[in-house]
Amino acid sequence: MAWKATDIRGVDVEAQETPALSEQTVSEIRALFDRYPTRQAVLLPALHLAQAQIGYLPPKALLEIAGLLELAPAQVLDVVTFYEMYWRQPKGRKLIQVCRSMSCELCGQVGLLDAIKAKLGIEEGQTTPDGQFTLIAVECLAACDKAPVVLVNETLHEKVAVKDLDEILKPE
Amino acid sequence: MPDYEPILTAGVARTDIDVRTLEGYRAVGGWATFARAIRETQPGQIIQTVIDSGLRGRGGAGFPAGQKWKFLPADHPGPFYLVVNGDESEPGTFKDRLLMERNPHLVLEGIAIAAYATRARYAYVYLRGEFHRPYAVMAKAVAECYAAGLFGQHISGGDYSLDVQLHRGAGAYVCGEETGLLESLEGKRGWPRIKPPFPAVKGAFGKPTVINNIETLSCVRGIVERGAEWFKSIGPAHSTGPKLIGLSGHVNTPGVWEMPMGISLRELIEKYGGGMRGGKAFKSCIPGGASVGFLTPDQIDMTMDFEGPRKCGLLGLGTACAAVMDETVEIPRILYNIARFFSHESCGQCTHCREGTGWMEKTLLRLLAGGGDRGDLDLVRKLADSMGMMPGMSICGLADGAAWPIKTAIDKFRGEFEALCAPRRKAIPAPAGH
Repeated sequence: MAWKATDIRGVDVEAQETPALSEQTVSEIRALFDRYPTRQAVLLPALHLAQAQIGYLPPKALLEIAGLLELAPAQVLDVVTFYEMYWRQPKGRKLIQVCRSMSCELCGQVGLLDAIKAKLGIEEGQTTPDGQFTLIAVECLAACDKAPVVLVNETLHEKVAVKDLDEILKPE
Repeated sequence: MPDYEPILTAGVARTDIDVRTLEGYRAVGGWATFARAIRETQPGQIIQTVIDSGLRGRGGAGFPAGQKWKFLPADHPGPFYLVVNGDESEPGTFKDRLLMERNPHLVLEGIAIAAYATRARYAYVYLRGEFHRPYAVMAKAVAECYAAGLFGQHISGGDYSLDVQLHRGAGAYVCGEETGLLESLEGKRGWPRIKPPFPAVKGAFGKPTVINNIETLSCVRGIVERGAEWFKSIGPAHSTGPKLIGLSGHVNTPGVWEMPMGISLRELIEKYGGGMRGGKAFKSCIPGGASVGFLTPDQIDMTMDFEGPRKCGLLGLGTACAAVMDETVEIPRILYNIARFFSHESCGQCTHCREGTGWMEKTLLRLLAGGGDRGDLDLVRKLADSMGMMPGMSICGLADGAAWPIKTAIDKFRGEFEALCAPRRKAIPAPAGH
């Protein structure tokens, strides 16, 4: 994960007048300031809030967060690139996260992932051309007694069979 | 176990009340223990009771919880922190999720009592980022506690103040390691720290900190309410108290149940798991999360407690959630899955772990694809011996967890791996004249 440099290009920030973070997001971030002894500790929650608002974390949002938390932009980028759940590129409206760990593999995850790929016509890590779905395989989601599991945005689908895919992969 | 009274899951099956709500939890006697503790007990007394109870950490390592609390310096000006590890990410583990989703107030009362005992002014509950549903349930419970005056300034008009903050991770297994978790909490990469100093001396934000697992803290209310002797009366010596034990994989009814430790894996599969799926034969099991290693078919009578797994050559009890494999499973295939996991999750700080896990994954893949030979097998096995904290080659235990499945799988199922190896290449005949 973290140490595998997948994107070593510099980061360009678009020059635009309007801020990336909404006033509401900024006030939600500020509300966390007195919950932690340092500003830096607010970084993970702030990134979650920004991503919830925008859908991913564009460079401008990272800069604004750095400003709010009094951090160097590099510190923010350092953290963003370490964690799996932060997206630096836009993703589909529905993020399909198929668990690929041990218990799910024992319970038929491989066939399920293949069926999802065939249905959406994309490979792991890709987004459908209409921007509806992004498909990724993730590590254990801690629901192994309900294997195989698929997390779609914030909803966990349990004991998923190929016949359930029509329901799970309904476009929004 | 009809005579066993559930403690961790008390009331969760009831339909007349909902213990997820403050009202429902109070109906089963909830929050009374915390109220009495801060009114009538000194922190030191609680720590002694928890030490006497023999409570061992439920997060994987099994370290005595009370001892951890006792390591806090007596003369430090503070503030002290309590950090709660809800970063349940070990493959095959799904027990803390149950507590957070079904009995959040028990978790919070345990946190509140432990915070009081360790003189913590702030408690941070670190939940893995993918735990959307547990987070929602816990957040509601925390809000109820603030509204009812159970958290905040001067609780029940007394001297004690406690703030509880839920903190979401963002997808990194290594943040389940306690110092990786602290780094993450501080807003940094989840890179485990070199110890010493241990967190009890220099933990979150450089202050004395206790870190415990969700299930460990869920035991605290029972101990303080009913005493150390009662807790010790549950389960075998050295493995005291109630435990959540889970089953996944090839059994008929996978799930997670509360029981005393000491049950044999065979009994667990037959009594709780409804037997092997499709009546197939038992082949192997990883009884405590991916890092503890594999059992052989004749080790099915291993007991689920802190002693049993070590006797079977495993790393430890781990999280006591067992993944069961039937005769159809190809061990090299599952081992590759596990090796891929650790390669993906290594934080990259220590060379042996960063490079070792990567080469384990690649070499196993080559074996699976039929391109490997016996030399590869020996190489991977040797690599496993050179990784981790035990040979002194890494900062945290992730590498030990990566090495153990490799060691146990190759040692116990060597024939299956050898069958994948290509026949030895023929030696090239020496040119004439030599």
